[in-house]
Amino acid sequence: MNVAFKPDETFRNDFTYRNSPEAIRRFPLPFHEDEYMYSVNIEPHLPGPKGSVTEFAFDVDEHYVAECRERAIVLAAEPLRFQALPHMMSAQWDSLELLLDSLARDYPAHFSLTKQGNRWQWINRPLGLTHSFIFGDVDTLPHQPLDYAARQAQGDFVVMDQREGDLWTEAGVVTTQADWSLDFDMGMTFKEWHGPVPLAHELGVFDRALKFLLNLRLGQPVRRLNWTMTVHPRLDTSPENYPHWGSDRATVTARNAGELVHLRVELQGLWRLPRSNAIIFGIRCYLISVQELATIPKWARRVHRVLKNLHPALVDYKGLTRYRDAVVEWLAPFDDGAPTTPGNGPE
Amino acid sequence: MNDAQTLAVEVAAIDQVTPLIKHFKLASADGAPLPAFSGGSHIIVVMQGAARMHRNPYSLLSSPRELDHYEIGVRRMEESRGGSHFMHDQVRVGSRLEIAHPVNLFALDKIARKHVLIAGGIGITPFLAQLEDLHDGAVPYELHYSVRSPEHAAFLTRLREREGEKVRMYYDSESQAVDFDGLLANQPLGTHVYVCGPAGLINTVIATAKSCGWPDSHVHWEQFSAPPVGDAFDVFLSRSRLTVHVPHDQSLMESIEAAGVEVPYLCRGGVCGYCQTRVLELDGELLHNDHFLSDAEKAKGNSIMPCVSRARCKSLVLDL
Repeated sequence: MNVAFKPDETFRNDFTYRNSPEAIRRFPLPFHEDEYMYSVNIEPHLPGPKGSVTEFAFDVDEHYVAECRERAIVLAAEPLRFQALPHMMSAQWDSLELLLDSLARDYPAHFSLTKQGNRWQWINRPLGLTHSFIFGDVDTLPHQPLDYAARQAQGDFVVMDQREGDLWTEAGVVTTQADWSLDFDMGMTFKEWHGPVPLAHELGVFDRALKFLLNLRLGQPVRRLNWTMTVHPRLDTSPENYPHWGSDRATVTARNAGELVHLRVELQGLWRLPRSNAIIFGIRCYLISVQELATIPKWARRVHRVLKNLHPALVDYKGLTRYRDAVVEWLAPFDDGAPTTPGNGPE
Repeated sequence: MNDAQTLAVEVAAIDQVTPLIKHFKLASADGAPLPAFSGGSHIIVVMQGAARMHRNPYSLLSSPRELDHYEIGVRRMEESRGGSHFMHDQVRVGSRLEIAHPVNLFALDKIARKHVLIAGGIGITPFLAQLEDLHDGAVPYELHYSVRSPEHAAFLTRLREREGEKVRMYYDSESQAVDFDGLLANQPLGTHVYVCGPAGLINTVIATAKSCGWPDSHVHWEQFSAPPVGDAFDVFLSRSRLTVHVPHDQSLMESIEAAGVEVPYLCRGGVCGYCQTRVLELDGELLHNDHFLSDAEKAKGNSIMPCVSRARCKSLVLDL
């Protein structure tokens, strides 16, 4: 598949990020019905319909070049956005292999990977990179393997080691996160990492999810969707930078909510890694402004209803307290009360 | 899993390495590299026997760095329900077999300061692959390998070539035995112990480690139980609305599969817990043979691992 990139978009300062009509139609709306509550909504990461965000293992879309530049900006300013404990090196190489193999297989017009034994050559045409390196020899790469691969992919990555019947957050590249910190969470177990999530612990969601993931099989990845909202198309809403974006929430009104507020959807994928027996967790962030969303009548109705009736604990946890009402008011004229069709598609 | 996710392999070589153990080399049928794996992984081999399908777990013993073939060792079981006999008697060089992707339920702990590996008999197989991951020398390790007599020391030549005198051998025939107390009482903090072999060996290591004050998290063991034979019984599957007869020499899982109902599984050896099934009604007793449920859970009697466990009962209803 050939993607037409929009290399000059920005996710900070002047925020020139926009979705094309095609990007809007393929947006992964996380609401299959007109209400929302947590569930263990994990499904096999099987190829979805042609052109959909799940057609391939790792989706490359029109924002690819701009997102890779945004990641480089964050990593240059804050090097701890990439971290890996020493025992995670084999998992880093596993991750690099998964990412580069997938990109080269799924987007041959943009990426090539040639292997002669451990001598690999990688060509990334959209970013204009060519590297020859020895798989397994970290000195032959310009960055550590996970860092290197993640700089050339959209979305964040966390790599979890499996031992003692638990999953430990022990490597990652995190620059497009919804207000959580890799630096803070490094070394945590699965439930420690998810500690702040309200309600889900009581629902037993994490007991079941952990049990499921401990048995995740090689070659049988899974995925789920998660969501929140962000003011401006800002990818890097990190706790470390809260002073730069927290106050944006106070600028939302019922007049400007359509333009300022973005639905932020995470397509989360989980793969068992072969040599390390670790698990890589991909968190791919999709942003769409409420006014872009409202160009699809079904979605305008549905999002209006979901937000209006959202559980108060989730409103607080997702950081929507200050502006949820403004978004509901902005969307209200689009909701004529007509029923919506099942499923999350645009029609 | 189900059989749609298997890989086709061809038997490339067979070697009788001890009076009881055959060594099989499996090459991918289409010549493409086999999936990468980590030391300690097992595969399920699917065998189409004359009367029934066999699916047995075998540890991969080949190097995780060589993916043009996998190697397994199969011990001929005396009271086999057919799987190991099939491998020993029916499989020839050139035979085609189906295998499932590797799964690791016996991985080396990556933050261990030292590894102590203890093998009994055929239990040497997962360690052969793990040793390949230990060769870089970053973490110290020792290997203790006990067998009945020298002729039963499978893969010893290969071990000696690679490990030299690091392999400590113990022969029952010469009244040699591992001094478990001495071994486990004197290890540096951060050591992990791994044991694979007969139930008696595993239980001794677990009990000794406990009495020496080892934390449970540092004691690892793997023993695939073959499903034991037992009395025949009937089971009703409530969701499928189907009564299934379980013959004396077939496992509960095999019988359910033969009736066309799929049970999710990973190890088929009572280790992983993946096939845990709710017991809805029971008139009789469950015969738990797995290593997954705690004694308290077994006593409760509201779930069962159909891969290795069965029942002695008038009636049994499962949530399947």
